[in-house]
Amino acid sequence: MANVALDPHAAIATTASGVGAALTTADGKPLARALARSQRRARRRAFFLVLPLLAFILITFVIPIGQMLQRSFYNDGFSRNMPEVSAWFASTERGTDPDEAAWAALAADLTAAAEARTIGMVGTRINYDLSGARSLFTSTGRSLRGGLEPPYREALLEINEGWDNPMLWSVMREASRPYTANFYLAAVDRTRDEDGRIQQVDERQQVYVMLFMRTFWLSLLITGLTFLLGFPIAHLLATLPMRKSNLLMILVLLPFWTSLLVRTTSWMVLLQQQGVVNDVLVWLGVIGNDQRLQMIYNQTGTIIAMTHILLPFMVLPLYSVMRTINPSYVRAARSLGATSWTAFRRIYFPQTLPGLGAGALLVFILAVGYYITPALVGGSSGQLISNMIAMHMTSTLNWSMAAALAALLLASVLVLYWLYDRLVGIDNLKLG
Amino acid sequence: MKTTLILSTALTGMAFAASAQEVNVVSWGGAYEMSQVEAYNKPFTAETGIRVNMIAADNPATPLKAQVEAGNVTADVFDVEVSDAIRLCDEGALVEIDHASLPAAPDGTPAVDDFVEGALLDCAVANIVWGTVISFDTTKFPEGAQPQTAADFFDTEAFPGKRGLPRNPKRTLYLALIADGVPAAEIYDVLGTDEGVERAFAKLDTIKSDVVWWEAGAQPVQLLADGEVTMTTVYNGRIFDAMVAENKPFEVIWDGQYMDMDMFVIPKDAPNMDAALQYLKFATDTQRLADQAKYIAYGPARRSSAALVGLYQDGVTEMAPHMPTSPEALENAVMDNPEFWADHDTELTERFNAWLASS
Repeated sequence: MANVALDPHAAIATTASGVGAALTTADGKPLARALARSQRRARRRAFFLVLPLLAFILITFVIPIGQMLQRSFYNDGFSRNMPEVSAWFASTERGTDPDEAAWAALAADLTAAAEARTIGMVGTRINYDLSGARSLFTSTGRSLRGGLEPPYREALLEINEGWDNPMLWSVMREASRPYTANFYLAAVDRTRDEDGRIQQVDERQQVYVMLFMRTFWLSLLITGLTFLLGFPIAHLLATLPMRKSNLLMILVLLPFWTSLLVRTTSWMVLLQQQGVVNDVLVWLGVIGNDQRLQMIYNQTGTIIAMTHILLPFMVLPLYSVMRTINPSYVRAARSLGATSWTAFRRIYFPQTLPGLGAGALLVFILAVGYYITPALVGGSSGQLISNMIAMHMTSTLNWSMAAALAALLLASVLVLYWLYDRLVGIDNLKLG
Repeated sequence: MKTTLILSTALTGMAFAASAQEVNVVSWGGAYEMSQVEAYNKPFTAETGIRVNMIAADNPATPLKAQVEAGNVTADVFDVEVSDAIRLCDEGALVEIDHASLPAAPDGTPAVDDFVEGALLDCAVANIVWGTVISFDTTKFPEGAQPQTAADFFDTEAFPGKRGLPRNPKRTLYLALIADGVPAAEIYDVLGTDEGVERAFAKLDTIKSDVVWWEAGAQPVQLLADGEVTMTTVYNGRIFDAMVAENKPFEVIWDGQYMDMDMFVIPKDAPNMDAALQYLKFATDTQRLADQAKYIAYGPARRSSAALVGLYQDGVTEMAPHMPTSPEALENAVMDNPEFWADHDTELTERFNAWLASS
């Protein structure tokens, strides 16, 4: 009995005197407070249970992505290694012509950077905004090892006349602060002119906006195609007897379990000009041997391969929702005089919407970030923005630019997610 | 008995000390990595007892930059392209290498004079010279009318069929200029001007609709073997492999070859610095570079190695004519210009991508 009395959950004292008195536990404490305390303890215990997962997500997901995204607006390649001239920029207005103090600061910084072998970092940073500046820095650095004599302007110009370029000074001013929006500007095909005004880049160099549009348009198209192809399959799976539907299910899942690369290369074998499909068409006499269709290494290839690869992500949520739809609703509609089309449109289809929403969102978000398939089968017209991000990560090593493009992609997906939530409601999502 | 005991103890001790030492090398994987394992690593381990761990990467410069930026360098030696070696050295990420400490040629020529031009940099030592060359399928063109020059690559009337080109400006623009009649020695002067860039793109425009773009080094060989293209540019080691090891009916056009080098670099803070330096010196000596040619058709970066290059591992194929450094191959070859590309890579890549995307 004593044990029970110690346990606040054990019993509620019903012997409380008088009506309206606060409820108390068996040991006489107010019930509300005891309940709150025990719930707090339970919450703490639950928190400790999820703590490993939380730490895992923080360490492997949030922090690295945060650090990567930070690069898109923070690049101290210039400001950290050129402290004196950065200070001069900070103390003067934009448009100030460099005076002898500025040239002296520049010379001192260049000499120090050349000694410390950081001048390449400085040059790389400036080269992002002004093509050709990198060799100006590195070659000057090489001829600077012995130090410079004043007057510094003349001394530097003697090494390379490029130092007098007003555009260079404007770009250095921009770079003298580690925080910059320039990478985002570049990611939307914008740049700054000599006076810091934002303008479009040369028409022959505009590529990112077009690629963003293409990425979203193709993802939308692929989502639509997976819906058109996936809906009948899911319906069939959901309505067939268990034994047959299980067999069909394996046909859906088997490619899903096959390596992405295997599936992509299989499409190459099938679709290329000397491939299976073209061979069959030529053999049937549909097309001549010299009219073989170009179905891969272009946008068509990207669309076909990605639609196939993403199809299970549409079929599975649709199937799981369709299984739960009671067939008697449609029968009832039919018995009340609806045509089969009306019954489908008014009764059956609306009930599949949660699955459709989940499938569409999954396929679309996966498609927007797809990288390897367009790289392999996309040729030139089937490239997506993710291929540019990969290029900046691995070949130009301009990680700030890659981060800016990735951040824009992430932001636009979040906006679409928000729109989806407003229009359809995220509660209506059923993944399975 | 006593001697045996002492000996065996000493040997065990040596083996133990040796097994404790290792060096991690990041290279490009595939047949190239295999050639390095056979030519460098096995004799190195046999001689020094230091174990060599090979790590494959798509481009070793990427993990190198990542490790340096993260302040956590885990590998000791990286095999990178020249432009990356210069860039990373200028950024202070690499150890400077004393050229005088490199082994001399067998005849006593110091290393500084033995290596080909541009093969020794402040922070890097080249091991191989490799070329991007044009290759075609001999069965696709009638005998006597086989393509022979870079200009033929752009002539789809006389030599019909699709063309394979890599999807980057560095290995396409030069070829367009060569085909347009610019001598190899003047390529970068022309490409440095706006008119030159226009000219290159105008030439590329003439075959734009016939090009299949490739990205990874294995792709062009596959495209040629599948009959997807009749001519393509390709890395010379890969096409050699297809021609000799797999007996494919391919032929190489050396005209307008684009030459590049691969270099060994050591990052600052490499965990096994001493072993890394030892490995670098060993792997770039005359014999080792000559041995590598037995496994892959890339040219040694030392002049003294050329004489030692013999037969391919099949025992019958003479390697010398397949080397990108052979006299015929060098006739109209464009040497990579890392300075130019460090300056113009961003600009020309954007221009190239915009050109690709506009139809």
